[in-house]
Amino acid sequence: MKFLRYLIIGIIFGITLAKAEVISWYRIYEMFKFQSFHMYGVIGSAVLLGIIFVQIIKRFHLKSLDGEPIVINPKQFSIPRYLIGGSIFGLGWAMTGACPGPMFILLGNGVGVILVMIAAALLGTYTYGLLRSKLPH
Amino acid sequence: MNTIIEFISQPWPWYVAGPIIALVMFSLLLLGKSFGISSNLRTMCSIAGAGKSCEFFDFNWKSQVWNLVFALGLVIGGLISHLYLTPDAEVHISQATINDLQAFGLDKPGSSLVPTSIFNWESLFTLKGLIFIVVGGFLIGFGTRYAGGCTSGHAISGLSDLQLPSLIAVIGFFIGGLIMTYLILPHLLTL
Repeated sequence: MKFLRYLIIGIIFGITLAKAEVISWYRIYEMFKFQSFHMYGVIGSAVLLGIIFVQIIKRFHLKSLDGEPIVINPKQFSIPRYLIGGSIFGLGWAMTGACPGPMFILLGNGVGVILVMIAAALLGTYTYGLLRSKLPH
Repeated sequence: MNTIIEFISQPWPWYVAGPIIALVMFSLLLLGKSFGISSNLRTMCSIAGAGKSCEFFDFNWKSQVWNLVFALGLVIGGLISHLYLTPDAEVHISQATINDLQAFGLDKPGSSLVPTSIFNWESLFTLKGLIFIVVGGFLIGFGTRYAGGCTSGHAISGLSDLQLPSLIAVIGFFIGGLIMTYLILPHLLTL
């Protein structure tokens, strides 16, 4: 039962990204070609409002619903990790027109072959796990 | 009720979608969780037993079940949108994008969510489909874990917290995305 709220938030997020066409391969291509403001508007307004929400949480020391203080863990600083890893993801993002969230939403939209893409993504994650100690971080 | 559904069925503009995404992140923070979907891929590897052969996957995945439930919600949300809220499949991309893609021989760009000539089961057995679906998926899985997050974890959550690592990651997303779009896709699309 306690998982129901995550299911509902997920459903809302899934409908939102589908209705805003964010899960469309064409929208991602258009974004990287700078031919529309749409994707920049979606990400930009989410981040601007997100900054305000995070500031509210920090200023007012908001607690989570179960009474614990909300801590946002700072990510460890590294340039190669984020730049190389990020670029590799960027290659995949522009090629497939999907990031991990939209992959699941596309599946719900009836694009069945996305199952294979998710399986390939799992293989990619597993390969990273195997090579992790050999990669610059 | 019908008018509400009709209203929701229109394509949603960016200024509706962006704030809802921020609210999703905010609600997850209030529930004591952090918004990041690519970690599900690691969790799934762990559930499949990858922890036996690789230390990176040897963690208590039960603490991440909420995120898998969230991903299940994404599938259901996609299904609801597909069945009830999307009267036509058209994606409203710009004319410039349509022209560019037609020049690569893509049929009716924007008439469906994804280019159906590439993303379908039969195409898996062609070089083109194999690259787009399998290599593309692999790069997503490898890259997000290497970068420690994807669009939700870095571009939304990390930037909202003004974290420099996330800004570097997002710059990386764009370096890779621009290389793919301008240098590699022209060759792949015409395969």
